[in-house]
Amino acid sequence: MAVSARRGRSALEIVLLTVLAVVMLFPVLWMIETSLKENRDVYAVPAKFLDFKITLDHYRDVFVSSGGGRSTLSTSFLNSVIVAGVSTVLATVLGVPAAWAYSRFALKAKKDQLFFILSTRFMPPVVVVIPIFLMYRQVGLIDSALGLILIYTAFNVPFTIWMMKGFVDEVPAEYEDAAMLDGYTRLQAFRKFTLPLLVPGIAATAVFALIFSWNEFVFAIFLTSSDDVRTAPPAIAGLIGGTTVDWGLVAASSVVFALPVLVFAYLVRKHLVAGVTLGAVRR
Amino acid sequence: MAGIEVTALHKRYPDGTVAVEHVDLSIADGELFVMLGPSGCGKTTTLRAVAGLERQTTGDIRIGETLVNDLPPAERDIAMVFQFYALYPHLRTRDNLAFPLRAEGLPKREVQERVDEAARLMRLAPLLNRRPRQLSGGEQQRVALARALVRRPRAFLMDEPLTNLDAELRADMRTEIKHLQGELGTTMVYVTHDQVEAMSLGHRIAILNKGRVEQVGTPLEVYDRPASLFCAAFIGSPPMNLIEVEVADGKLRGQGGLALAPPPGLPRDRRLVAGVRPEALEVAEPGADSSVPARVVSAEWLGDEIIYVVDHGGARDVRVRMPATVRFDTDARVGLRHTGRAPAVYDVRTEELVA
Repeated sequence: MAVSARRGRSALEIVLLTVLAVVMLFPVLWMIETSLKENRDVYAVPAKFLDFKITLDHYRDVFVSSGGGRSTLSTSFLNSVIVAGVSTVLATVLGVPAAWAYSRFALKAKKDQLFFILSTRFMPPVVVVIPIFLMYRQVGLIDSALGLILIYTAFNVPFTIWMMKGFVDEVPAEYEDAAMLDGYTRLQAFRKFTLPLLVPGIAATAVFALIFSWNEFVFAIFLTSSDDVRTAPPAIAGLIGGTTVDWGLVAASSVVFALPVLVFAYLVRKHLVAGVTLGAVRR
Repeated sequence: MAGIEVTALHKRYPDGTVAVEHVDLSIADGELFVMLGPSGCGKTTTLRAVAGLERQTTGDIRIGETLVNDLPPAERDIAMVFQFYALYPHLRTRDNLAFPLRAEGLPKREVQERVDEAARLMRLAPLLNRRPRQLSGGEQQRVALARALVRRPRAFLMDEPLTNLDAELRADMRTEIKHLQGELGTTMVYVTHDQVEAMSLGHRIAILNKGRVEQVGTPLEVYDRPASLFCAAFIGSPPMNLIEVEVADGKLRGQGGLALAPPPGLPRDRRLVAGVRPEALEVAEPGADSSVPARVVSAEWLGDEIIYVVDHGGARDVRVRMPATVRFDTDARVGLRHTGRAPAVYDVRTEELVA
């Protein structure tokens, strides 16, 4: 009786999970299919699931413009790599030492400072897009990669500080004390002993920061206008809205856009798991 | 080797917390000096200031003849052992031991010799090729001690080194540390919140409370005549009975009529409290000589002794330590009397020892 009840539940679970998987994965699958179809198959009614001719033309179009040479989309991808990469590195370089300092030192109004840092994440970033736009116009950061890098760094630093502080708290301060007694300065002690133990945490934090910067759309579309500066999310969105929409190209560029984050997360998956479970380990 | 002199130490953190209010300590060369106190009393901060891991707000620290206020930890020529051992996790035992020596830049042969010597002293030979995570807590702490030894420092600083070990191991390590310190004759400052550890280890004990030194003395002095009500309540298990007393016809009398031998030099016109050790009281048959009538409230059987909680009509029940052979049932009518020497007497208002 009990066993059959358990079976029944697990069967229900399987059904539910299957439904969930289909709902979640179908759009992805359809995106990949569309990116591989010829244009007339994209519009075919009824839709073709399997019996279509595979073409890589759309992927070529993502990188190569119709006249030969580089496409504007490929420029956008490059911009995305630069903006997301640099802002993630900056947020990490600024945030990790800050997190260490907040973890290790007694500071004036430390809790208030940390709360203030966290409070910048309370509102959705969209809320400040107009003030930021006006400020950027004053200082000439509109339509520049630097402008995007700065704003993404600003959004990622608080996140990095808070997440990394948790990781630093887990590393006993005694390592640094012992190293200082052995003749290292405080900074050397941090670099040689604490930092290596923080690598999983840094990897996990950086992946989240990278995903934020990589996916960010609102600021990118408000603060940039030229094809030279524009990152991939607004560029892909820009493909939709003409008289005809080249869905094959939209799908292909979306696939190309999604891949780097997937690959990156896959590469650091060991650190990600270690990072997420670090708090569970009793020191 | 060197003595350590702490003068008017005060430590205030930027967030306003005062960890050390005012501490003066004079630790002799070759002494095993214990700083004892509840958590937050400032003992660890004082130790870390001596190590150079914290910069005191005001006050001076001298190690030997050297004023070390502005010296970084490494230049103070001291070694420290931590509660969490702080062995470098990526290094084998051998390299953990050699690490401070290599950092000093000693020649290879000398490093090897000193590591071997420390390993022999702490019996670490079978563990030399293991990493910290392959060692038990006790083994890790022995490695940590050995790492302090190899430096041949002028002083050892111990920050609750045994707190994370289980009870049996703790007793063994206590003996080992005491023996080692005696053997080497190196000054050792030992911080703990465990009074048993303090009593059994220290040549002298400093009791700290709220960032101040309440008393400095040998274990016996500290036990026999605690300098303040705080010390009286902190040292001893169970602690002293604090009994409000009045001077009457040449005796100290507590509420309920309990008579105590008066110490010389009692001040007049002050409210007084006597600190009476549980072993200075006796539970006897009712009506025994110079006893007051009392009732056994509860009895704690510890095997070799019994702790009686006795109600004798005073403001508080008192605890009495008796040999296991003297047995009374709970609720039994008994007589309670004072058998020891004159007790320590405290002023209720200042909480300090007056006689």
